[in-house]
Amino acid sequence: MDLKEKLVSSFMAFEDGLDLDHPVHEERSRAIKNFETKGFPSKKEEAWKYTSLKSLQKIDFSIFPKQESALEYKDVKKYFLHEIDTYKIVFVDGVYSSYLSETTHDGVDVCLMSSAFSKPMFQQVIEVYFNKAASKEESLTTLNTAFSKEGAYIYIPKNKMPKKPIQILHLATGNEAALMLQPRNLIVAEDNAEVQIIERHQSLTGNEVFTNSVTEIFAGKDAIVDYYKVQNDAPTASLVDNTYISQKNSSVVRVHTFSLGGKLIRNNLNFYQNGERIDSTLKGVTILGDKQHVDHHTLVHHAQPNCESHQDYKGIFGDSSTGVFNGKIIVDKIAQKTDAFQQNNNILLSDKSTINSKPQLEIFADDVKCSHGCTIGQLDEEALFYLRSRGIPKKEAKALMMYAFANNVLESVRIPELKSRINKIIAEKLGVRMGFDL
Amino acid sequence: MAYTEEELKKELETKEYEYGFYTDIESDTLPKGLNEEIVIAISKKKEEPEWMTEWRLEAFRAWKEMEEPEWANVTYKKPDFQDISYYSAPNKKPKYNSLDEVDPELLDTFKKLGISVDEQKKLAGVAVDIVMDSVSVATTFKKTLAEKGIIFCSISEAIQEHPELVKKYLGTVVPQKDNFYAALNSAVFSDGSFCYIPKGVRCPMELSTYFRINQAGTGQFERTLVIADEGSYVSYLEGCTAPMRDENQLHAAVVELIALDDAEIKYSTVQNWYPGNDEGKGGVFNFVTKRGLCEKNAKISWTQVETGSAVTWKYPSCILKGDHSIGEFYSIAVTNNFQQADTGTKMIHLGKNTKSTIISKGISAGQSQNSYRGLVQVNSRAENARNFSQCDSLLMGNRCGAHTFPYIEAKNKTAQIEHEATTSKIGEDQIFYCNQRGIDTEKAIALIVNGFSKEVLNKLPMEFAVEAQKLLEISLEGSVG
Repeated sequence: MDLKEKLVSSFMAFEDGLDLDHPVHEERSRAIKNFETKGFPSKKEEAWKYTSLKSLQKIDFSIFPKQESALEYKDVKKYFLHEIDTYKIVFVDGVYSSYLSETTHDGVDVCLMSSAFSKPMFQQVIEVYFNKAASKEESLTTLNTAFSKEGAYIYIPKNKMPKKPIQILHLATGNEAALMLQPRNLIVAEDNAEVQIIERHQSLTGNEVFTNSVTEIFAGKDAIVDYYKVQNDAPTASLVDNTYISQKNSSVVRVHTFSLGGKLIRNNLNFYQNGERIDSTLKGVTILGDKQHVDHHTLVHHAQPNCESHQDYKGIFGDSSTGVFNGKIIVDKIAQKTDAFQQNNNILLSDKSTINSKPQLEIFADDVKCSHGCTIGQLDEEALFYLRSRGIPKKEAKALMMYAFANNVLESVRIPELKSRINKIIAEKLGVRMGFDL
Repeated sequence: MAYTEEELKKELETKEYEYGFYTDIESDTLPKGLNEEIVIAISKKKEEPEWMTEWRLEAFRAWKEMEEPEWANVTYKKPDFQDISYYSAPNKKPKYNSLDEVDPELLDTFKKLGISVDEQKKLAGVAVDIVMDSVSVATTFKKTLAEKGIIFCSISEAIQEHPELVKKYLGTVVPQKDNFYAALNSAVFSDGSFCYIPKGVRCPMELSTYFRINQAGTGQFERTLVIADEGSYVSYLEGCTAPMRDENQLHAAVVELIALDDAEIKYSTVQNWYPGNDEGKGGVFNFVTKRGLCEKNAKISWTQVETGSAVTWKYPSCILKGDHSIGEFYSIAVTNNFQQADTGTKMIHLGKNTKSTIISKGISAGQSQNSYRGLVQVNSRAENARNFSQCDSLLMGNRCGAHTFPYIEAKNKTAQIEHEATTSKIGEDQIFYCNQRGIDTEKAIALIVNGFSKEVLNKLPMEFAVEAQKLLEISLEGSVG
């Protein structure tokens, strides 16, 4: 049985355990129907031209993990940003681990989707926001919607800000030979609220993991949301991350994506600007080796005047890795005075690595400033020579330059501990000690 | 100021297509529809050898299995391929020895177009192979060219007289089965131009073909084959105008360029097919496949100025097969009213040290849609490939759209690829500056657009540059809000 059939037929069993009178039930049923008609996207579709999910569909993933597994904090500590105090929402094989988590209802809600679905006090928020930004057409998103049950639920009321950043961690223990996870996150920052979130997916063994995640982020007027995605997973873990962001007047949302490991990563990052004077930032660093594959698919939809968007994606590709960047900016007729910028720079390190870049602009308004740039190249020989002539060994000199190349993406990271953590991972990837603390 | 902007806009919208007239010449037309008999009939009418008929049939069979592509960013009512007549030739077929013998009505047509064959022959030094409804009726300067060993004739003549060359190269760059329209063209092409430049010869003049679509309900299927043998050079011009017609006319041409070792081909196009009226009715569908193949050290340069057609779907490409070969693409695409253009280029880097440059300028006004779609592909064996792409769009008014869809695929670590694109409008301050110095708005826009497209205009041969500049002005007058 292929994965699609398996998923569709498991839907009934999945629903059995849920409240069928719940309004979300209808959303789920509609979603599974859409997925049943469309199935997994294939390379024939323009949006999936460079990324194939074929091999994943051949694996017999278990959809519901059979046994619960407990983990000791000391075993997984290194996957947390443990240097600072944070709220934590931790899932082990898709199941919430209260032991490893630290949630709160003190002024802000940092808790679980499952309780948000079931408890009446969250009902209103669910009704207003759940599945309102996510696509009802895109097949993988609807697949997630159909199975939406668990994930992080973060609600920041007006003028509030949580005391500390929030970490969302998905761990896969490898108890199942192959596991499919479908976390569903809902993040709402009401007017003038502010929040910082770090999300990470981590497989602890060499078993296959396939995560199809959907995150919806709503930013109210003047709200500020910082979202960091750390993708440094095991070489057998695949991730399709669908993120939908809806912004209101003068809000600021920054999403940083660090794709440093994993078998196949596909990021669908969609920004919808539903107000004026909005600022959207999309930044990414990708450093790959082996046969890894990363596909960044971004969309910024400027629907109102006087908004800005900044995109900056840097990629370094070694061995037989493949990088894809597909960025799209749409500027509607009424979105005058839009300032949209998109940049994608890539370095290929090996003859077997590939980069496919497709930066697109679709512009319907005339009074706008829109530009994009894309480069593919190598390290500057002269700069390399300069460093070597000053006694820096070739390997270090190269690493230094690559570090500098990726660094301006890191500049806008607002959690210093996270920045130095990412720096460490990058240094590790590049295989050097750079002689200074990054 | 002489005009207010409103008036200008109005004038532009009501501006009639200058070249919209219809020459009443009796023509010899095949019945509408397409099947194997029609393909054979076309081949027969042209007195083609058997291998050519077979070649056409092969293409036709492939075409039947194909589906019309839908990926382009254009919307239009698909032509009914069974409702088109695939062959139409002016009735008076004999070759003329001098211009006096040419049908005076035909000459009149050329006059309105501003291409006096006579004048051009004498003054411009341009050999014109005029294609009027698919059969070439006047070829000039053939003698001068023949002395150098250059063959410049219609493709049907080439099939008769130089079958070995045609057989060797036809379909090598754009195979019959390449795409839907290329297959259709291969099956039914009525005529076109053929050009062969022998080894080491530098063609002394610009070669030029003017196309005209004349008969109602006839599709125009041109086939052009240009071969530049080792070390030769040729500059080839192609210009088009079509008379006003209410129904959509289909133009599906195929152009193949072959530049052998150390050769250089410069191919320039000014395209001014009838774009439809200001309500978007009528106009020509332009679905063209243009491709060039570069051998070692060869260079192909495409320059195009696209101002016409209701729907344009065109990607002049370069296959950089030989080491050190160079591909260039310079384009200005102007769309107004309801025009739609999806145009760009493909640069396929296969050889080592290959270089390509893409400069594309899109100008959209009215309610038109203008898309750039390009591919830069660096193969894993193409060491030190270098590409620079620049796509700039200029928007006039907020009812039009400008789109950029570049595809960049690199499989070699030594590749250096740069792509940049910008979208902007004509600055109010720029217009104000001009106004302030006594230049009215219309002139100011012409000036700014001219500056915007200068990089491309500069690449055109002199005669064409003037015409192109004029076309730009006509197409855009007063379209700034």
